[in-house]
Amino acid sequence: MTAMIEITKLNAWFDDNHVLKDIDISIPANGSFGLVGESGSGKSTVLRTITGLVDDWEGNIVVNNKELTKKRDKTFYRLAQMVFQDPFGSLHPRHTIDRILTEPVNIHKLGNSDARVVEALKQVGLDNSFRFRYPHQLSGGQRQRVAIARALILEPKILLLDEPTSALDVSIQAEVLNLLTRLRNDLGLTYIMVSHDLAVVAHMCDDIAIMNHGRIVERATAGQLADGKLENPYSQQLFKAAGGYDRAVIDSFVDWD
Amino acid sequence: MTTDTLLSVKNLAITFSTSKGPVHAVRGVSFDLGRERLGIVGESGSGKSQTGRAILGLTAANGKITADQMQFHDLDLRNLSKRDWRKVRGARISMIMQDPKYSLNPVMTIGDQIIEAYREHHKVNAIEAKRRALDMLAAVKIRDPERVFNSYPHEVSGGMGQRVMIAMMLIPDPEILIADEPTSALDVTVQLQVMAILDDLVRERGMALVFISHDLHLVSSFCDRVLVMYQGHVVEEIRASELDQAKHPYTQGLLNCLPKMDGNHAELPVLTREASWAET
Repeated sequence: MTAMIEITKLNAWFDDNHVLKDIDISIPANGSFGLVGESGSGKSTVLRTITGLVDDWEGNIVVNNKELTKKRDKTFYRLAQMVFQDPFGSLHPRHTIDRILTEPVNIHKLGNSDARVVEALKQVGLDNSFRFRYPHQLSGGQRQRVAIARALILEPKILLLDEPTSALDVSIQAEVLNLLTRLRNDLGLTYIMVSHDLAVVAHMCDDIAIMNHGRIVERATAGQLADGKLENPYSQQLFKAAGGYDRAVIDSFVDWD
Repeated sequence: MTTDTLLSVKNLAITFSTSKGPVHAVRGVSFDLGRERLGIVGESGSGKSQTGRAILGLTAANGKITADQMQFHDLDLRNLSKRDWRKVRGARISMIMQDPKYSLNPVMTIGDQIIEAYREHHKVNAIEAKRRALDMLAAVKIRDPERVFNSYPHEVSGGMGQRVMIAMMLIPDPEILIADEPTSALDVTVQLQVMAILDDLVRERGMALVFISHDLHLVSSFCDRVLVMYQGHVVEEIRASELDQAKHPYTQGLLNCLPKMDGNHAELPVLTREASWAET
């Protein structure tokens, strides 16, 4: 099986800061890949580079057997869509849900927007009563469902998920994670999911990479993560920190600056 | 009220009058606080922050507080004047907010802000105040206190900013510290390190700590006792060590819906809410 996303030797810079260093990632079609790290590790920058929000990069990004150039065309965005962290910031506050969902359909001239909006809302478990509301009339979990619907309405093959549940309460997080799992199975989607939460990534992804300072320091499968079989000291520390407040563990922490 | 009790709250209710009618944010909350670490856990809108703010007299102007008792030592917090509140707030009961980015003054150096907090409550000269501020920065494990003292908030990281907040809130030596999601804007390792600092200071000074958070696991690994709130009510009070014996379906639901690192990709159990939880 060929890979849906194949990234080799990806490097990126913000001015003089070298923020991604030799990132290699390969994800099969319908696969789910997790990137974990702390703030500033470069995990979101990987997604932002793939989706064309970072200008200064080098390396190869091959998506669906097509190598990406500096400029993304419309066919790329029909293939890959991103869902951002903050559902409060990523939806236009003065557009109705209907308009938010119709806009990408019009941009891509897909037509039949009415049926597509209804279908997309149904896919994310929102009924039609939400269609003509504004984002502020929705809860955080409902807004994140709208953001997912906006990504799905173009019928993409790939979803780039940047901390999709970290702004949500845990009970709502469970609902959104279940929705994402179901959509991947039903629609055959490929995911790259970025999170600071090891447990979320271990639950959602088959393969996981742990990042620190722009580099992948360790790779693990969900099974290895479940058994705590990590070798890199940085990833071990991250694993221990996920276990809650334990004074002895905290005193053993090292700064990785 | 035993001698060890610093604060006793009985049947606290907070109602906000809004254009859409009254909103009952907190309903019938009672607890006694001794020299301990008390956790208040709940989801957004459960009233956990409003409970904390009421103890500090920080409820917004459209909010109305009623309680059968709100006793802090010999002070009745229910009918303190603004003037009397200023003697309590900051000096005897203090609060750490969630995000240091928004709770520090961006145009004032960190040192000046800490000195301001200290001299508001203690009549000391500038040199003594600076010495105290530097000591306090060292106490929250800031490695180069002098540099941080002269920095502006945007020049330090989130974890550092939250340590500064803790230093500022603890320098007047309060008896009760309310920490409202003090670490949820931070990375996990930094979060735990900040909590360890808080823990040490609370123990050394014999303070009472009210730790408000949405993270039930974190709170129960840190606190002595946990109040679980749902829609303004305390649905369960539980010793942190006995969390696995939680009886209320809401507490159990909160624990179950967390993803676990067991390599299992099956659907997560979803919390089904029952209307009866919101009544007592």
